[in-house]
Amino acid sequence: MKLRYTLGLGLILVGLVQVAMTLDFPKRIQAGSAFSLPTSGNGKAVLYIAGPAQVLRRNVRLGENIGFSSGELHNAGHLVAILVGPSSSEQAQFDVVPAPQPATMSFLAKPSRLPVDLHDGISGVVYVFDIFRNLIVDPLQVSFQLSGVQGSVPSHVMQTHDGVAWVKLYSPSKAGAAQFQATVGNVTDARVIQLVPGDPCNLRMSARQSGQRIELQTDPVRDCSGNSVPDGTIVSFTETYDGDQATVDVPLKRGVARTDVPAHDGAVISVATGVVMGNEIRWGAGQR
Amino acid sequence: MSGFLPVFSPKKVPLSACLILITLMTSGFEQSTVRVEPTDSVGPRVMEKQTETAVVQDYLGAWQSLTRAMQENKADGLDAYFVGVAKEKLADTIREQAKLGIQTRYQDQGHNLHFLFYSPEGLSIQLEDTVEYDVQIVDHDKVQGIQHVHSRYVAVLTPTEVRWKVRIFEEVPE
Repeated sequence: MKLRYTLGLGLILVGLVQVAMTLDFPKRIQAGSAFSLPTSGNGKAVLYIAGPAQVLRRNVRLGENIGFSSGELHNAGHLVAILVGPSSSEQAQFDVVPAPQPATMSFLAKPSRLPVDLHDGISGVVYVFDIFRNLIVDPLQVSFQLSGVQGSVPSHVMQTHDGVAWVKLYSPSKAGAAQFQATVGNVTDARVIQLVPGDPCNLRMSARQSGQRIELQTDPVRDCSGNSVPDGTIVSFTETYDGDQATVDVPLKRGVARTDVPAHDGAVISVATGVVMGNEIRWGAGQR
Repeated sequence: MSGFLPVFSPKKVPLSACLILITLMTSGFEQSTVRVEPTDSVGPRVMEKQTETAVVQDYLGAWQSLTRAMQENKADGLDAYFVGVAKEKLADTIREQAKLGIQTRYQDQGHNLHFLFYSPEGLSIQLEDTVEYDVQIVDHDKVQGIQHVHSRYVAVLTPTEVRWKVRIFEEVPE
């Protein structure tokens, strides 16, 4: 009788030892870090780790540590773990969080070409990633800087929210190629932004007699910030005389536009480019 | 799970004026509820209603394709809704599953969507999704366990020729 009780108790104890299998994951593990998990119990088991970010199956011996090497769990995400032993299973959930150091960024600068002096004309958006291309959602300082055409403009420091930082900037008043740079930690990325002159400003022409014709020539055509309007921009000269109107479209060459029109006393000559009107000349005897 | 039905009928619930509740019928499983929080404060770009609707629909479509691809171990099932790093990482998981003979079955139970960011030039939208689902791990056709998951995802979607696609898809701790 005693022997039967002892055997029964022994079997129960063995059973208890077998079910006393534990799976104790830390709540958070940094992506790519090495770690090990103690296990209890005895016998063989299979550990499953699964989530959209990663999946893993490992044969383990209960009572020994389960080791994870550096880089093994590298994708950030929420993972479920199931340890399936000989007679029972244990479950756990944990997060793999991004490494804190930024390693890469996705920098979107728009547009790549725009006129000078435009309010909120340039936008920059940065998404910050760790070395495993996990989006780092903890706040980070991102510095945006525009340089190259007017020296360096003071940088704008923005904080990331959920991994993204953005900025809108005034486009500088000097035309040329500007460098738009974003920096987070030791990571820098740059985009070239071409600043082109704005609409012409103070369009002005002069006229002089040349035989039976009037020679017309603009002053160097510039925008309101003093940048030369690019050659090829069309300037329209219009002569109105006796109810008739004649227009000559001329591209800018070396910053000025030239043409000639028939000389008529009393003719009115105007100049325009795009939506910008220039001065007007009334041709008369006194101007010959 | 085999995912959402491709067509769902939005159902307004007078629970709160600022919430839209959409009930999705999932095939073979119970209903999955989708709640979209108001987009008034999303910025810096103003989000038009059509954009919001399209993004929500495409994001839910992405979940549908994800659950199907994970269950069937077919990485190309992701192509229609995922792009870039999100697609690469999910495809890696699926390939690894196939190699190990594992399947994961996701039973979607609810999404609470909150738009976080609409970029100034309109080329990216970030949202967070507090999602609930059950995940079942199947090893060579034997179910090894099922767990209920409640977690927060951050997703970034970018426009493509036909739809918004998920470019970043990451669960972040709540």
